[in-house]
Amino acid sequence: MEGVSGEVGDFKVTLLKKARYIREDKCTGCTTCVEYCPVMVPDPFNQEIGKSKAVHIYFSQAIPLITYIDQSCLYLKEKKCGICETVCENDAIDFRQKDQLDQINVGAIILAPGFEPYDPRVVTEYKYGIFGNVVTSMDFERLLSSTGPYEGEIRRPSDQRHPHKIAWVQCVGSRRVTPGNNSYCSAVCCTYTQKQVILTKDHDSSAECTVFHNDIRSYGKDFERFYERAKNLSGIRFIRSYVTISREDPVTKNVFIRYATPNGVVEEDFDLVVLSVGLNPPKYSKELAQKLGIELEEHGFSKTEPFNLIQTSRPGVFVSGTFQGPTDIPESVFTASGAVSQTGQLLKHRKGKLATERVYPEEKEVAKEEPKVGVFVCHCGANIGRVVNVPEVVEYASKLPHVVHAQEQLFSCSTDSAKQITDVIKEKGLNRVIVAACTPRTHEPTFRDSLREAGLNQYFFEFANIREHCSWVHSMEKEEATKKAKDLVRMSWARAVRLEPLGEYELQVNKTALVVGGGVAGMTTALSLAKQGHEVYLVEREKELGGIVRRLHYTLEGLDVQGFLRDLIKEVYAHPLVHVITNARILNATGYVGNFVTRVQSDGFVKEIKHGATILATGATEYRPKEYLYGQDPRVMTNLELEERLAKGDESLKDLNTVVMIQCVGSRNEERNYCSRICCSQSIKNALKLKELRPDVDIYILFRDIRTYGFREDYYRLASDKGIRFIRYEPQSPPLVGVTDEGTLRVTVEDEILGNQLEIDTDLLSLAVAVVAPEGVEETALKFNATVGLDNFYKEAHVKLRPVDFGTDGVFVCGSAHYPKHIQEVINQAYGAAGRAMTLLSKETVTASGAVALVDQNACISCGACITVCNYGAISFEETPKGKKARVNPVLCKGDGLCTTKCPTGAVQLQHFKDGQIMAQLDAAKGETDILAELDRAVGE
Amino acid sequence: MAKVIELRQLHRLVTGKKYGDVMVLGGGISGIQASLDLANQGFKVYLVERAPSIGGHMAQLDKTFPTNECST
Ligand SMILES: Cc1cc2nc3c(=O)[nH]c(=O)nc-3n(C[C@H](O)[C@H](O)[C@H](O)COP(=O)(O)OP(=O)(O)OC[C@H]3O[C@@H](n4cnc5c(N)ncnc54)[C@H](O)[C@@H]3O)c2cc1C
Ligand code: SF4
Ligand code: SF4
Repeated sequence: MEGVSGEVGDFKVTLLKKARYIREDKCTGCTTCVEYCPVMVPDPFNQEIGKSKAVHIYFSQAIPLITYIDQSCLYLKEKKCGICETVCENDAIDFRQKDQLDQINVGAIILAPGFEPYDPRVVTEYKYGIFGNVVTSMDFERLLSSTGPYEGEIRRPSDQRHPHKIAWVQCVGSRRVTPGNNSYCSAVCCTYTQKQVILTKDHDSSAECTVFHNDIRSYGKDFERFYERAKNLSGIRFIRSYVTISREDPVTKNVFIRYATPNGVVEEDFDLVVLSVGLNPPKYSKELAQKLGIELEEHGFSKTEPFNLIQTSRPGVFVSGTFQGPTDIPESVFTASGAVSQTGQLLKHRKGKLATERVYPEEKEVAKEEPKVGVFVCHCGANIGRVVNVPEVVEYASKLPHVVHAQEQLFSCSTDSAKQITDVIKEKGLNRVIVAACTPRTHEPTFRDSLREAGLNQYFFEFANIREHCSWVHSMEKEEATKKAKDLVRMSWARAVRLEPLGEYELQVNKTALVVGGGVAGMTTALSLAKQGHEVYLVEREKELGGIVRRLHYTLEGLDVQGFLRDLIKEVYAHPLVHVITNARILNATGYVGNFVTRVQSDGFVKEIKHGATILATGATEYRPKEYLYGQDPRVMTNLELEERLAKGDESLKDLNTVVMIQCVGSRNEERNYCSRICCSQSIKNALKLKELRPDVDIYILFRDIRTYGFREDYYRLASDKGIRFIRYEPQSPPLVGVTDEGTLRVTVEDEILGNQLEIDTDLLSLAVAVVAPEGVEETALKFNATVGLDNFYKEAHVKLRPVDFGTDGVFVCGSAHYPKHIQEVINQAYGAAGRAMTLLSKETVTASGAVALVDQNACISCGACITVCNYGAISFEETPKGKKARVNPVLCKGDGLCTTKCPTGAVQLQHFKDGQIMAQLDAAKGETDILAELDRAVGE
Repeated sequence: MAKVIELRQLHRLVTGKKYGDVMVLGGGISGIQASLDLANQGFKVYLVERAPSIGGHMAQLDKTFPTNECST
């Protein structure tokens, strides 16, 4: 991107398309040229650990899956060689290609340039590039990966040995104000390190892993349990200490680390040291900002509006992902959907007219033909190929009856391979297709699409899972695994030949949305949808909108929360398309994606709302503590209660000499095994306010880990600089709170550093209490067919890739109902949910699966067993000339097949998984005699 | 209420203009998600990526927390 001119609605963007020296339309990705190219270069994708050629494909699942030539090429440098041009059979090499300038006109821009991993070479103390066996975590990701430099074997740089004793050093480049480091916390490295530890133990169960850390910041959803999982593995040490990477053994090349223990400083050697590097702003972000005409914030990330982190300083230019600031994948995904929603607010009038609908060829009638089966066996890079002998499986498959084509593929899911499947279907007239690869979960849609492209009904596709069910679990038994892969292919074949074509159901989409919960999340989503032209019903249980934010007054960054809330509420009431219902109770909800009907009661009235999408934004509340004399002594209060007093300007706060705050009250324990995420920042925010009121007040914060992730770290530092004292306690010995005979409120805590009991007489004790799901979540969830997770927070369809969708189509989630969050994060996610809901509401129709249950009414004896067992209310009786008979509503049916197990006459059959199809598959697992012998053995014959 | 007015003005501004296409700069997980959501809503999208392939840093990761599933 070279420059942007114009303004929102009419940007002119200049793009420089770099020469690839490859004709994109000609290259088939066959990599013959790569084999012949004589120039070895460090492979950028593999962190330059492995080698690749001057001409190569970026990585094995690259999109597009074609080669490019980089500047190390001999021809480009000195007009020599050119061998690739000679060997390429497709005439795809083109050395005359030039960089090309292009101009495009767009209405809006979304920036997602991500981050750059911190480069530890800028500071010599990390010894990266100096000691051979010091690598970064990014390098280590490549070492772990099956497409990495050693095909998934962990080897260390100095001698390619398998390292056994590995150390991780946390916060490399982060949380330090010294030159060359970043002041902020990079927010993801604590958790990715735990992941790397778990994966290392998967590779080598006897590995000894040591993590040197400061605070452990497991602040995200399920992170605390993840941390425990890593910590409880055998041979794992988590050591809280600053470290020095001191020296390298001249012979073994092991690396020595010095760290502090209660008994003084020790030095220990490791085979390999991994630096958990942080996240820098993207490369060239300054130039980028200049070209885009946007401003950056002080750390070099995109500057945003205080209460809308998606909006940059230039109208019509939005930002998502890590360019907002360090964050993980789920947040990068929902901020993307959020940016889309804000784009939609600006450009709604253009929608639907620009992209062309995908048109598939008409389906051929093949059900009556003899089966003609094609089998495609995937290497999945090395994931399958390293264990299973793929050519042998192909050979085997080709001999099965009706199989007219069998082949291997490197990555069946790559765009080109999927297209190859389409081509083969057409060429050979296949009417059944089996792909032996991974799970239907990710790629069934891909391959079904290949069938549709070839004019074949998509239900003629069958998946054999030879990765999760085979190569991954039998990585040590290659021969047996190959045998099992053949068994799995044969079983799939048995089912495939019995598959039948099925139709799908087209459903109209109602354009109205229902938002449940009128807090900041619900209001933000509602407004965003309304601004894209959709009618929205916003339903709130309380008398007033605002939710928990009504009790918040300022943020850690000092923003005026009440002012923001007032404006937001006004805007909601002013928008003609948002209908607010307060004091509301949801009586019941029925229907399905695109066509829900919900009855809401408010002040004696009952309103029936028809809507296409539902967003649950029911928020969270404060835990009522039973501990630390809360409710018994007026000097003990929660953080929110202290904030309210601060906001009211309570004069008595100026007279406080000492204040104590206790962190993690009700969080991170057995009952609530999660971190409430916001309370560390909340305490620091209050502490800083108290210091403003009276600079010499003594404040003690008793904590387990301080979790001021991201830019919040700067305020933690500020608090320390202002003399606020942080004292760490272990969960086994929490602080004790009592009142002395003289009536003094006394907090006793073990001081780890001084090694003694510390008694603090305090005037006020503020508790950082947990954030908990509100009452009635399960009830609400049940009404909308949504799921609730372990800690009573709503459970999304996929933690990373569908973070605001529910498994139930048409229902979405946002805000702290999903997990505790800071207000800006809630707003991010609320826009995200709106963006996702828009992918539904912007359509006229949606399609529902054909793999649903069907009742043979002649065989139905009207017992109702299926009706009772269905979780989705999809079956009901209907009157027929032969009396009442069960009927399945195909749109409500989720195809789980429970009903088929209950029907005494076998009248209900799940399409696509009919008894005959499943039994054939099972029978093919083993010969009938084998099964009988096994049964005999089981009953002791 | 400054914000509302600003947005309304912006709106008027945009309706008069010619272009409804969108450029997404950066083809990591975030840029890809944005492009997919936009395309699904009928926008024409230009996804601009500096590297020879899309995927960004997530493509380089082996597996990802907290579910430890494959990232590619
Ligand atoms: C070692 C490590 C391990 C991690 N493990 C995990 C994990 O297990 N789970 C998890 O949730 N998160 C993890 N993360 C964080 C995760 O990688 C990020 O949250 C995520 O990749 C961010 O996605 P993104 O799209 O914002 O950025 P990126 O992945 O950085 O994508 C940005 C893209 O934009 C391109 N680009 C940049 N500038 C331009 C420009 N001017 N023009 C065109 N294109 C440009 C880049 O080439 C890149 O392809 C890890 C991070 C690290 C460093
Ligand atoms: S505390 Fe922050 S910077 Fe340090 S390792 Fe953990 S997440 Fe990264
Ligand atoms: S105080 Fe809150 S944010 Fe901090 S570690 Fe405890 S639960 Fe997490």
